[in-house]
Amino acid sequence: MPRVVVDVMLKPEILDPQGQAVQRALERLGFDRVMSVRQGKRFEIELAEPVGTGPGAADAAAELGRDMAAKLLANTVIEDFAVRIADDAGGTA
Amino acid sequence: MIRIGVVTFPGSLDDRDAARAVRLAGGEPVRLWHRDTDLAGVEAIILPGGFSYGDYLRTGAIARFSPVMDSVISAAGRGVPVLGICNGFQILCESQLLPGALTRNNHLHFICRDQRLRIESDRTAWTAGYQPGAEIVIPVKNGEGRYVADPDTLARLDGDGLVVARYLGGNPNGSVADIAGITNPAGNVVGLMPHPEHAVEALTGPGTGGLGFFTSVLRRPVRA
Amino acid sequence: MTIRTRDASEIDTVEQAAATPELPQPYTELGLAPDEYQRIRTILGRRPTGCELAMYAVMWSEHCSYKSSKIHLRQFADKAPPSDALLVGMGENAGVVDIGQGWAVTFKIESHNHPSFVEPYQGAATGVGGIVRDILSMGARPVAVLDPLRFGPLDAPDTGRVLPGVVAGIGGYGNCLGLPTIGGEVVFDPSYAGNPLVNALCVGVLRRDAIKLAKASGPGNQVILYGAKTGRDGIGGVSVLASATFDSAGSGNGAGTGAGNSSAAKKPSVQVGDPFTEKTLVECSLELFERNLVAGIQDLGGAGLACATSELASAGTGGMQVWLDRVHLREPSMAPHEVLTSESQERMCAIVAPADVPGFLAVCEKWDVHATVIGEVTGVTPAEAEAGGRLVISWHGEVVVDVPPRTVAHEGPVYARPFGPPADQDALVADTPSPGRLARPAGGGELRRTLLRLAGSANLCAKTWVTAQYDRYVQGNTVLAQPADAGVIRVDESTGLGVAVSTDGSGRYTRLDPYAGAQLALAEAYRNVAATGARPLAVTNCLNFGSPEDPAVMWQFAEAVRGLADGCLALGIPVTGGNVSFYNQTGEVAILPTPIVGVLGVIDDVVRRTPTEIRGAGDVLLLLGTTRDEFGGSAWADAVHGHLGGRPPAVDLAAERMLAELLVAGSGEGLLSAAHDLSEGGLAQALVESCLAGSVGARVALPGDLDPFVALFAESAARAVVAVPPTAEPRFLELCRARGFPVTRLGVVDGDALDVQGHFSIPLAELRSVHEAPLPARFD
Repeated sequence: MPRVVVDVMLKPEILDPQGQAVQRALERLGFDRVMSVRQGKRFEIELAEPVGTGPGAADAAAELGRDMAAKLLANTVIEDFAVRIADDAGGTA
Repeated sequence: MIRIGVVTFPGSLDDRDAARAVRLAGGEPVRLWHRDTDLAGVEAIILPGGFSYGDYLRTGAIARFSPVMDSVISAAGRGVPVLGICNGFQILCESQLLPGALTRNNHLHFICRDQRLRIESDRTAWTAGYQPGAEIVIPVKNGEGRYVADPDTLARLDGDGLVVARYLGGNPNGSVADIAGITNPAGNVVGLMPHPEHAVEALTGPGTGGLGFFTSVLRRPVRA
Repeated sequence: MTIRTRDASEIDTVEQAAATPELPQPYTELGLAPDEYQRIRTILGRRPTGCELAMYAVMWSEHCSYKSSKIHLRQFADKAPPSDALLVGMGENAGVVDIGQGWAVTFKIESHNHPSFVEPYQGAATGVGGIVRDILSMGARPVAVLDPLRFGPLDAPDTGRVLPGVVAGIGGYGNCLGLPTIGGEVVFDPSYAGNPLVNALCVGVLRRDAIKLAKASGPGNQVILYGAKTGRDGIGGVSVLASATFDSAGSGNGAGTGAGNSSAAKKPSVQVGDPFTEKTLVECSLELFERNLVAGIQDLGGAGLACATSELASAGTGGMQVWLDRVHLREPSMAPHEVLTSESQERMCAIVAPADVPGFLAVCEKWDVHATVIGEVTGVTPAEAEAGGRLVISWHGEVVVDVPPRTVAHEGPVYARPFGPPADQDALVADTPSPGRLARPAGGGELRRTLLRLAGSANLCAKTWVTAQYDRYVQGNTVLAQPADAGVIRVDESTGLGVAVSTDGSGRYTRLDPYAGAQLALAEAYRNVAATGARPLAVTNCLNFGSPEDPAVMWQFAEAVRGLADGCLALGIPVTGGNVSFYNQTGEVAILPTPIVGVLGVIDDVVRRTPTEIRGAGDVLLLLGTTRDEFGGSAWADAVHGHLGGRPPAVDLAAERMLAELLVAGSGEGLLSAAHDLSEGGLAQALVESCLAGSVGARVALPGDLDPFVALFAESAARAVVAVPPTAEPRFLELCRARGFPVTRLGVVDGDALDVQGHFSIPLAELRSVHEAPLPARFD
């Protein structure tokens, strides 16, 4: 069963203090080649049944994902999102 | 007596305090439950502070879709005064009743302190009783209180006099332009990050500077 | 993840246990001594099943059974002073005190030390969650929290990991739950480096006729588990039951949480808390109480269902039947012994009359709280009652537990561990901080430098960096909060009735003299409550010590309990409950023995409370009490010389009683603008704190008969500083004279500096910058 994966990140112009804190922590641990860190969220949505059949099914599922993202998963005032379909092995279809 | 609704979402915390503030101001608080769409004919609505739905997903993101919010949104459209305090402000932004958004405090800590504010506009249902420029001290207490808005929105807020309150003497969360509260153009929907309901009795707060929010609306109610 | 399926042959049933008496069981790995294991076999007349073994092991652990402390804690009951106000004493989830006007208050303090070292945020958060549920289970609305904390040195690297996590956890959980944090302390000392102390005190309010108790009576009444789903939180100790091999690695005692010994098999899994779930649990429970749908109630904390069922059953008819497979699980593959000992948070267990079950479930549905009927109260035969009741637990139709619950919950082992003073005790006490031993400041310049050094030291500096992360306002009834002497909460909005609570405890004083140290902790909390104008009523305590297997630690414990019990009797306020945390040590080195004492008092009208901050210019400053050359364990000896030795300040409980009377009477008559008790840092620190809190200076003259250094920095007990309007001075002095209580005029509130005539003057701005710098500098 395909999984819809939605990645949500703060828009680039929004200050991300958590990302900055993570960057500082990485530096303290000796990872000194880090230029910047941005922190976001990832949603993995397992559908009970496919959205349609055939070659259009993946696109339809992705469209569903974008709808969910725009309505709830992301606050589009301050966040961007990206949607993809993952197969069961974790790769991207 | 004028009836003012106070909505309780799962996780709302300052609903009882908002109700007390309404009472002290001379109004009658009416408790509204998140699952009910009936606004019981109240003449103004308060969305209180707290951690509705545990701040899951994003602060206010889930509460925004409660059945009661459908009624609140349409009431706001009809001019009914709506005040969103802290989490309530977050819900108003998520509902797009107000522009911009609230995000994590820039220093990443929850902060509770008595905060000086300047009330910049008396042209809202909730601040009509203040003199523009009035300075008050009310508590601010939040972890996600940083107001952000894009440059166009900011220009509009400033240009149209839609900033209701600004932080003085130190910005507690990194909000852009020290914005602590804003209003919609009609002046009936106001979002405020600090907590006026905690400054209504000298005994339990830093003074009574917050009482004006509740007495103002009693002068200009609009039946929901 | 593959899901393990279970068939009947994998579960160790009672039938199987009876049939296989010789099966080796990993009782040592679970922390049971051989004689304890034998005793279980004798009680049951057979070997225990795996589930039964797990139940006995966790319930007989130090943390749950108090086996090392019981014989000493008895003194709290034996020496309890008579008290009209005590409604529920020790032995229940929390004590309950009558405060008048039909109101009652319940309060208790608990520890969550070891988990907070492992995972600071969640350890502290779940510590708050646990104590809140204890208060809730008495039928009360939780209204406030105080958190006494102890950490390693401020500049130690690991303190940078532990402190911010703990503070964020307490704030994150308490704020989200809607509980104001109104008091507590933050203290730094090397001995806490690997063993931070996170104690949490919760106060709840209820009507005095609405107290709920944890008893399962009424055969036929249903047992309902409600709240969060049950997962694998906190079952690290009993996970050994799931292993196929029974190697005998690991030894020692204290299975279950709080053990802190080094065996990896017993390392507790960290519990993860969800304050939103707890918030809905609180509101749901309060509505259930209000609608009278609950006959008995118990919260689930340490040892989870094993504890809740055995305690409920043994306090009621003695009989209970539980269908364990009905428990709502987060992880479907859990074995029954895991379900029994899970410490998943935010769960309660209620006893409900059959007719009330639909109503109960409807309220839970309204609040979106899971609720499942998992059992039933049963009657018992006289023989069963005699044996300690009968608790039967089945799993998919197979009986896996059939035990007398009283033997599990109340008849655990009782140890009389050997105790005696540490080998170095005499030398420590002999090493007094005399002028010859520790150089003392002389002259205004050195005194000034010393004051600033202390005001800016880790233990005396401003803790705003910490306390600003706590919501102090939620619920709208906070009248006083830190840094006031005590937190004050209004209980009744129409009459102003309120309560004051303070927590105090000095590991340093207790190390020098455990008996006196415990009494000094009690005296300080008592004094702090009285300083706000409240009349002290009751006591709770959290006793944080090292390993009870060390006779020196056991001696410290025994002496501290003796001191506390004697002290409570002398002050006329009973201990209503508390907590013991042992094994706070890393290797051979124990923490400083740290008995934290919480005192609760009542104030008739909170509008008359006395704040700590001085405000009115022109107010007269008076010093109450007697100052002596006492520096043993003092902040000065620590901050300036790194010294711990000698004796702590003398205890004078009669003087403390009189001082408290004066402070309460003064407050009641409206004579006091401000009051502040004297403790660590002495008079100097009290003046620093009062001036900075009120942002106004003071001009004082030290009493002429004392060395200025002693006058400023000695830590003699039974003292306070009060600010009195000039018009009220004669009346207040009269009150003091009538009691023969020493009072000295210090000076006046005035200006913008702390001016000690003839010695030095420090502008408030300089004082503030020194006092407020350390924590932000360290953690920001």
